[in-house]
Amino acid sequence: MYYFDHAATSYPKPAKVTEAVCLAMNTMGNSGRAVHEGSLKASRIIFEAREKTAAFFGCEKPQNVAFTCNATEGLNMAIQGSFSSGDHIISTDLEHNSVLRPLYERQEKGCTVSFLQADSMGNICYDDLEANIRPQTKGIVCTHASNVTGNLLDLKRIGAVARKHHLLFVADVSQTAGVFPIDMKEMGIDILCFTGHKSLLGPQGTGGLCIRTGVEIRPLKYGGTGVQTFLHTQPQEMPTRLEAGTLNGHGIAGLSAALDYLNETGIGNIREHEERLMKKLYHGVSRIPGVKVYGDFSAGERAAIVSLNYRDVPSTELADELMEGYGIATRSGAHCAPRMHEALGTAKQGAVRFSIGYNTTDQEVEYVIDSLRRICQ
Amino acid sequence: MREKQERIVITFYTTADAMAMEKAARLHGIDGKSISAPRAVSADCGIAFSSPISEKENVMRLLSESGIEIQGAHELWL
Repeated sequence: MYYFDHAATSYPKPAKVTEAVCLAMNTMGNSGRAVHEGSLKASRIIFEAREKTAAFFGCEKPQNVAFTCNATEGLNMAIQGSFSSGDHIISTDLEHNSVLRPLYERQEKGCTVSFLQADSMGNICYDDLEANIRPQTKGIVCTHASNVTGNLLDLKRIGAVARKHHLLFVADVSQTAGVFPIDMKEMGIDILCFTGHKSLLGPQGTGGLCIRTGVEIRPLKYGGTGVQTFLHTQPQEMPTRLEAGTLNGHGIAGLSAALDYLNETGIGNIREHEERLMKKLYHGVSRIPGVKVYGDFSAGERAAIVSLNYRDVPSTELADELMEGYGIATRSGAHCAPRMHEALGTAKQGAVRFSIGYNTTDQEVEYVIDSLRRICQ
Repeated sequence: MREKQERIVITFYTTADAMAMEKAARLHGIDGKSISAPRAVSADCGIAFSSPISEKENVMRLLSESGIEIQGAHELWL
């Protein structure tokens, strides 16, 4: 299989990640539930993962990192736990349903939401951000990159506006963490939500939130924590406040190893590799008559995604042909990003998304270009 | 049962703080270990950090310098 679906999940994982998961499954007890060696080992591994995650994202301290089973869970915690009836929230058309659906849920609970419109290139107008701020505006929730086009949002610029107007800034870095440098302090991010299994190269079932000290989030889940047992409520202190129930310790051990891999490899090297192959793929496929590529490729930096259609062929048919005829794995359809597809005019057709990872090769990209050329003859 | 010794025992609100303490103590060469929070000082379960009483000054200095949040500091015979 020629794997071009890294934006869905990175594959395969670095060897040290799978080794760390296997080792954890054979040696770890349950973190924070006892002080025997197995349990302490789990607690130590998880704490180390918190330290690495905090350092990776410029989060003040490891205790401010709460692990979840994916970015969606973290985003639900951030959005449902931060906004209440009467609050106004600003978001964008670039969002994934992991942001949109929690926002729509808040709308049902009495919040109002404004979406910054994307143009046909998939870009927003930054001036719209301040123009949408009202007295009731409580926060901004947005992605770092569209999972459809790969276009980046300027988090530093948005964070500066949030800070100026004393708004809560929630950032979804699912598509960029592990490739682009992300610093909460520099970007003015109050709550950063990440997934472990995409470009962070960790196992599925991992993710989390990094929270600025002083930001309060109402818990979404209540339950066992191993501490403060007789308290009727979820403990106030982070990260316990957002971590009811047993953590995915085995997965977190893998995530910790993945962060080591990224630090050793250097995300700058990863970005350079992915960007070069993305441009090669873009230049190759955009020359094929009848192929339309979506997104803004004039921008300096963008996530390594090339989404396209061929004439009016349904994206699902083209993706099937790529898989069945050529063994090329892509993602077709609407990518859980309905507003983005509406802005691009592809709500009906969808699009075929090629996404590149650090292990993608030049030969694979050339094979894709050649295969697509044959299909589109 | 082992002979009891006087010890300084630190209790925490979270496992993460207990782990932060364990790691910081190791880095600073402070003698001590993670134990179950003694019922005598906390009915809340969780992990505590226990050091010989001779390390009390070092433990308290470390806590003050590191900013690790604690539930309490107790002198106990364990």
